[in-house]
Amino acid sequence: MSKTMERDLHEPSAGIPRPSSQKEWRHPSDHWMRGFILDNRAALGTLAVFIVMMTVFLIANPTVFTTWYLYRSVLTTLPVALFVVVPLVFVVTCGEIDLSFPATMGFASWVFALVVQAGYDPFLGIAAALVTGMLLGFLVGSLVVYGGLSSLIATLGMNFLLRGLIQIINEGKSMALTSLSDSWAYTIFSSQLLGIPVQIFWAIGFVVLSAMLYNRHRFGAQVRVVGDNPDSAQQMGIDVKRVRVKVFVFVGIGAAIAGTFSVMINFTWWPTAGDGYLLPVLASVFVGGTPTWGGIGTVAGGAIGAVTVSFIQTGVVAAGLSGFYVQFFNGLIIILSLLGHKWNQARYR
Amino acid sequence: MAERLIELRDISKSYGQVYALGGVNLSVDRGEVVGLLGDNGAGKSTLIKILSGVVKPTSGEILVRGKPVTGWSAARSREAGIETVFQDRALAVQQTIVRNIFMGRELTGFMGFLRVNKEIEEASRLMREIGFTSKVFTPQSIVGQLSGGERQGVAIARAIYKQAELIVLDEPTTALSLTETAKVFHFVRQVRASGRSILFIGHNIHHVFDIADRFVVLDRGKVALTTDRSEVKSAEDLINFMEEVAHPGGLAGLHDAGDAEQRAR
Repeated sequence: MSKTMERDLHEPSAGIPRPSSQKEWRHPSDHWMRGFILDNRAALGTLAVFIVMMTVFLIANPTVFTTWYLYRSVLTTLPVALFVVVPLVFVVTCGEIDLSFPATMGFASWVFALVVQAGYDPFLGIAAALVTGMLLGFLVGSLVVYGGLSSLIATLGMNFLLRGLIQIINEGKSMALTSLSDSWAYTIFSSQLLGIPVQIFWAIGFVVLSAMLYNRHRFGAQVRVVGDNPDSAQQMGIDVKRVRVKVFVFVGIGAAIAGTFSVMINFTWWPTAGDGYLLPVLASVFVGGTPTWGGIGTVAGGAIGAVTVSFIQTGVVAAGLSGFYVQFFNGLIIILSLLGHKWNQARYR
Repeated sequence: MAERLIELRDISKSYGQVYALGGVNLSVDRGEVVGLLGDNGAGKSTLIKILSGVVKPTSGEILVRGKPVTGWSAARSREAGIETVFQDRALAVQQTIVRNIFMGRELTGFMGFLRVNKEIEEASRLMREIGFTSKVFTPQSIVGQLSGGERQGVAIARAIYKQAELIVLDEPTTALSLTETAKVFHFVRQVRASGRSILFIGHNIHHVFDIADRFVVLDRGKVALTTDRSEVKSAEDLINFMEEVAHPGGLAGLHDAGDAEQRAR
């Protein structure tokens, strides 16, 4: 600002109140830890829920919950969920929802399976799956955004449509991909390192990168603003439609990675690949502390939510209860988390 | 004559069969404060939205510094140095002050990642400059926690970042307290002193009269009057004129009214 304006500020003309420009900035939470807690309270709340749940499990059955096998089995399947939970946090923050990701997982991994079965390198298959995921994400996003449709209904429809296509063409037949086990891609993406399933490292890398994208990148900033107030975002020159399509493309990419990983874990592609993930993944996003109204969300919370949800099933059975209790506890945890988040975060209007 | 900053030529806008604007001409020179007046439904908001690129005109031409522009959009408008403080302030209330100030033009460095510290630094400098500081909020406070006047401060801080050439204030004093209104006027005078221009839209004729160098009165989608401050004797003249426009049949126009008044004295 120019010199004239600064002078004006300190010598306001008569009748104009002097602006209180000399006051110091001070955050109500000056201590770094309080600031950290305030900024991450949704994620920390989810973490608290997880810790309490694990403590209960541990007390209920100390022997099972101290064996590594249990954790290894969770760590094998958890990454698949993480690759879709995280992009879904972006979608929900943007004020949309995507229910088509299970079919995208199935479709992209189908392309992967076809490429591998045709004798090409699995890396080529991964690339093909990623392109497929991107294209499907773009298709779904364009349909919602440029078609002006409700994302809830349109993506639900796309889920059925794409899954139907897979079923029609494959007639329920699965594909066994035994050649995968001695490929480089398998060693890199799906083997074990010091007894730990290696895919969890890729998933953690994905979560960290996405969290940076969400909190520290222009894309994340625009996603939040668009979800918060799309009209304002448009008035400030943000291409709202493009941002919205981009989040759907991101889900497509995540779903493609998730689908590919699930095929690599099982060495088999099923026409139903991805189907079982719909509800647990959605639950993870909201258990994680991302509210339904858009504008805010937490990637770290979503990841912890995914961990929580995948431990419920294993935990309930391992704690000595029969499998019939699984759904009940699933529901209980979801409801308790939502109540907790409601109390934990205020909604500003 | 001062440099012509922006000119709208023969701008029309229709929504289906309904005409919001029918051939409006409006120009703003460098360093002047133009007051845009008009009744509800006169087309003020539509005109502002066209100027800020949010709404596309049905027909007409937009000239920036004498050159006609094509592909006018919100982003282009901001690039041309036009910043708008919208009536509803256009803030994302769940985001921080920083995120609102840099909405749509984030400061990015490596691969599109935000330069967070730079943004915080710039935001606090801006807020300090316009005097919207406080002990209870920082650039990282959530806008939803702020009062109406403080939110207006955020919207204004956003507008003056990047040394905008023309700042459009759409009803900036609506729902503000007296002190907050005074702050806004103080800001308008600062901007004029620094050689930049303001387009001030208001309902309250007294407010606009105090501050503007030139008045443009819109009525039912057309410019009913363009006049310099020096040609208008008092705010009452303007009010009379606007009433006259709204309810034709009495006096012929502002100039006649003014002359008649003078002669009577």
